[in-house]
Amino acid sequence: MTLPRVRRRHWLYIPLVLMALFYVIPVYIMLITGFKSFAEVDLQTMWRLPQGIHFDNFRAAFSQLAPHLWNSVRLVVPAAILSSILGSLNGFVLARWKFPGADVIFPFLLFGMFIPYQSILIPLVQFMRSINLYGGVWGLVLTHVIYGIPITTLTFRNYYASVPKELIESARIDGATMMQTYRRILLPLSLPSFVVVLIWQFTAAWNDFLFAVVLSSPENWPITVALNNMAGSQIIAWNVQMAGAFIAAIPTLLVYIFLGRYFLRGLMAGALKG
Amino acid sequence: MRYKTEQLQGFALVAPSILAVLIFVYGFIGWSMRVSLSQWKGLLPDYTWVGLQNYLNLFKDPRFHIDIRNTVIFTLLFVGGSLVLGLLLAILLDQGLRGEGFFRSLYMFPLAISFIVTGVVWRWLMNPAQGARLSGLNLIFDSLGLDFLISKWHTTPQWGIAFIAIPAIWQMSGYTMALYLGGLRAIPDSLREAARVDGASELQIYRRIIFPLLSPITLSAMIILGHISLKVFDLIIAVAGKQLPLDVPAIYMWTTTFDGNFYGRGAAIGILLLLSVAVLVVPYLRYNIKQEAEL
Repeated sequence: MTLPRVRRRHWLYIPLVLMALFYVIPVYIMLITGFKSFAEVDLQTMWRLPQGIHFDNFRAAFSQLAPHLWNSVRLVVPAAILSSILGSLNGFVLARWKFPGADVIFPFLLFGMFIPYQSILIPLVQFMRSINLYGGVWGLVLTHVIYGIPITTLTFRNYYASVPKELIESARIDGATMMQTYRRILLPLSLPSFVVVLIWQFTAAWNDFLFAVVLSSPENWPITVALNNMAGSQIIAWNVQMAGAFIAAIPTLLVYIFLGRYFLRGLMAGALKG
Repeated sequence: MRYKTEQLQGFALVAPSILAVLIFVYGFIGWSMRVSLSQWKGLLPDYTWVGLQNYLNLFKDPRFHIDIRNTVIFTLLFVGGSLVLGLLLAILLDQGLRGEGFFRSLYMFPLAISFIVTGVVWRWLMNPAQGARLSGLNLIFDSLGLDFLISKWHTTPQWGIAFIAIPAIWQMSGYTMALYLGGLRAIPDSLREAARVDGASELQIYRRIIFPLLSPITLSAMIILGHISLKVFDLIIAVAGKQLPLDVPAIYMWTTTFDGNFYGRGAAIGILLLLSVAVLVVPYLRYNIKQEAEL
């Protein structure tokens, strides 16, 4: 820090706080609405603080969303774990155990993370039908693992590229095989990257709507589809929708609050060089 | 000899992933292209060749014209808004104020939640009801005496799509802020110091030194946000459902294919989306790969 940058400029807090309000308002409205009693709920008084803490809305939303929350968990946990294992192995080979043409293949892998999935959706549905995974959670797991290959490989490859070549060379001279090199040298260094990729894939799969709405049947809907369905319904009141939205956001918000540093690294990996 | 086997082992280890991407990305794109050139309507596949008919029909289709117009408006506002807001926030946060980390985390938390959650909440914040049934943000504007801001939001005739950019900016501006902040932090203080010694004002320092240095970041951010914008889907569905005035190609593709069973047309929309994204992304990937090779 140079001197002129710490000059007293308290007025700068005014725009900072105003902008903070912009980002917080939607969370504020979700929370105060969620904690109101049914009797207090009224669109015309939606900004008023709740009189006391009630759980009516959360209870109503949770009872409807609980099976779908469970579907999301069943989907997201295997998808994130399988994705990160695959990404780690791919990243290792493409960074530190290259075969001829490895650098040519890599950009073709990367392109896969930018495609609009509308361009593969029809074949994907046909394919899932033909292997009997249409409608269920495992079809979605497979989809997230496969379309996650580019980003997870990229993240691990960039990380392994920072591991000194000499370390790998010396292991080879000592006669270590490929898998031994991976297990003894790279894997023990990989924990931070595993965290980055796990939470990235967790968040991506938890928040996904397109694959879920096309590939899963109503009883297997994950939380996003169930919440959207709730919001589109004329019967379910807006206050219950708000509580439902908050419930749906909790898992990824908690990840952001406690593992934000890793979340950001994943985010920046998506911008390639950033 | 040993080296050869090792290379082969390496290839064998990534082969399943390469094969999966080959099939699920490139193979499926080819398959979609084939569907887009067919007359497939209805539940059963029908690959009868119709050439470019589905594409030609789309270019004559008034609904697709609405989609293109909506995409252009949304993209300009969403990308432009996120860039400007992100840059302003990054500059503010770069002033070395106390509590910077707190504000930074606050501006970025929407990145962790889904477009569906965002859409459900903003649907009520942007409630278009007027008069005695005023609610949401309109109610706040009313009580602050800012009546001129009271809006019909996404139900505004002709320009509804413009308002969808607000929640989109809310969600993604933290991302551009993070990119710009990283860029600002990479500019050495000595550069600003030297300019100050030479008598440059703060404004001049930004205009002549800092903004030009940030332009590669602006380009990256435009490409990343641009391709997100072309694919926009869940946010609109969650705010407003499927409504013709707010239609975009991704929604048209979904409804025409899976509600209407017009598979040929749906595939054609998918391929057009892919082409528009590729125009943005392919040069960007090539540039990044080239830069990496030079390192």
